[in-house]
Amino acid sequence: MTRRRFARVAVALLALLVVTAPAPASAGHRIISIVPAVTEMLFAIGAGPEVVAVSSYDRYPEAVGALPRVGALLDPDVERILSLAPDLVVVYGSQSHLIAQLEGARIPVFSYRHGGLADVTATMRALGRRTDHAREADAAADAVERRLEAIRDRVRERPRPRTLLVFGRGPLTLRNVYAAGGVGFLHDLLTLAGGEDVFGDVPRESVQTTTETLLARAPEVILEIRAEAPADVERERRVWAALPSVPAVRANRIQFLTGSEMVVPGPRVVEAAERLARALHPEAFEGRP
Amino acid sequence: MTGPTADARTVSPARWPPIRRRVAVTCGAFGAVTVAACVLAPLVGSTPISLARAFDRSVPFADNVDAQIFFLARLPRVLAGVLVGGSLAAAGTVTQALFRNPLAVPEMLGVSAGAALGAILAITAGWSFALGPLTPVPLASLAGALVAVSLIYLLASAPRRALSTAVLLLAGVTLNAFISAAILFVQYMSDFTQTMQAIRWLIGDLDVGSYAPIVAALPLVGVAFAVFAVLAARLNLLTLGPDAAAARGVNVATTQRLAFFSASLATSAAVALAGPIAFIGIIVPHLVRLIVGADHRVVLPASALFGAAFLVACDVVARTVLAPIELPVGIITALVGGPFFLWLLVRNA
Repeated sequence: MTRRRFARVAVALLALLVVTAPAPASAGHRIISIVPAVTEMLFAIGAGPEVVAVSSYDRYPEAVGALPRVGALLDPDVERILSLAPDLVVVYGSQSHLIAQLEGARIPVFSYRHGGLADVTATMRALGRRTDHAREADAAADAVERRLEAIRDRVRERPRPRTLLVFGRGPLTLRNVYAAGGVGFLHDLLTLAGGEDVFGDVPRESVQTTTETLLARAPEVILEIRAEAPADVERERRVWAALPSVPAVRANRIQFLTGSEMVVPGPRVVEAAERLARALHPEAFEGRP
Repeated sequence: MTGPTADARTVSPARWPPIRRRVAVTCGAFGAVTVAACVLAPLVGSTPISLARAFDRSVPFADNVDAQIFFLARLPRVLAGVLVGGSLAAAGTVTQALFRNPLAVPEMLGVSAGAALGAILAITAGWSFALGPLTPVPLASLAGALVAVSLIYLLASAPRRALSTAVLLLAGVTLNAFISAAILFVQYMSDFTQTMQAIRWLIGDLDVGSYAPIVAALPLVGVAFAVFAVLAARLNLLTLGPDAAAARGVNVATTQRLAFFSASLATSAAVALAGPIAFIGIIVPHLVRLIVGADHRVVLPASALFGAAFLVACDVVARTVLAPIELPVGIITALVGGPFFLWLLVRNA
């Protein structure tokens, strides 16, 4: 017990040292990102080694595991951010209080907001210029766009099934179903992957659907994306049987796609797009690993 | 409506005791409103449907979208609205009598907060434990509500004496604050989509999607209403104060306990079914009292009927006004009910 307590104290002290010790002078910037999507972009454009801290929700790439955490959207830890002496802090656009505090401390801020699919590569390029990685950023963004175009081309000529893209609902029930609406990166991904969004006409990022709208919109495919797999995927899939007239239910075209790449609008949108395209048009990928 | 007509065959309504006639007339009028709401509500929605097709038995149900929209989407919503609206309004009436406080609602007793904590734990932890028709969230919210109610009861009760309504109320309010803090903590620790689901649950909705959860809630609501029926006359005396009620032969301790548990039970079932829908428990009893007076034998059934009609009507607005996007019904109940209530209040002042 005492040994464990000692170990805990030692770890806490060490963590404190890591946080407060002046960082080794590196040639590049000292960047803090509290937006997971932008963290992924920073690593993709070669600025990864300059990232000195991330948000409490960052999981990718693996290298962030060793970095200090400085809170997130609702609970940014301003003290820790200041103590890490960053020269660029990536914040979400709605964090006006944090932005004001950082500006008061004369720390440059990169303000980001989720947008459409095109905004992913646009943000990568903008980040490249802000972090002196313009060439790598342009190359990485070009690669993302090229790969997205390749997926779009692969499914372009195929019939577009009317698709419901669900990103949240109550456990084991069809209550409080949240689906992609007609704007935002999920809608763009679905369209690129060769699906027709059943809520494409609703000019919102997300739509909270009801039993009635689900029946009326009659999707041919239902794709549920989650950061983490639910406890029992098969049971969750069977919940849809409550709506027997929905074509997707009758044809058993209901699929769970889990993984953080499905919900983070970073450079891994390419992987998300391919997984969606494979789910919608498996025949287009036959003979490919 | 059917009860009094059975008697009418033998004794003409004009010769009923006055209170029975009042109950019959009031229930008839409010019942008519409720029936009208229930008949009209399934006819409207975000999607135009053909009723002829919905009731066309020659098309198999599995192929009949109109029938599914009518029977799977709209009818369960209307029935849930009746059950939840009636329960919350009747429970509000009983609670106000129990505390002799016009602002008392079962939600104040920690019922809703307990239910919310249960629901939010189920959402955040991704529980997959189901019991028959009860899915994890309603199950956890029902458990949470019942635990909260028991805790408050234990705090406020002592053997063989009247409940301390002051302690009950204070314990309820304190537990409410305590549980609310726990809810915030759980939400704070959960991820974004879970937080969104939790907030959505806290607003309340009636899209139950099948009859199973309604059937599951029925026994609880049935027991509560059976107790309400027995209590109505005694609540009139209880509102005079415990001593006055005891002097007129009311067993105050038993009446208070029954009132507390039945109101809590009805509210727990309603909240587990639809989430904490605001305003019904407080506004409907007052509205009804302004119309029919203060006698609980009249107010209780009238409140239940009017609460049902009111919630069903609000839900119609909620699901059509911004279609295909749906407004949470709790927003409508407060937006529509508030001004109407103030108007009645000012007019009667």
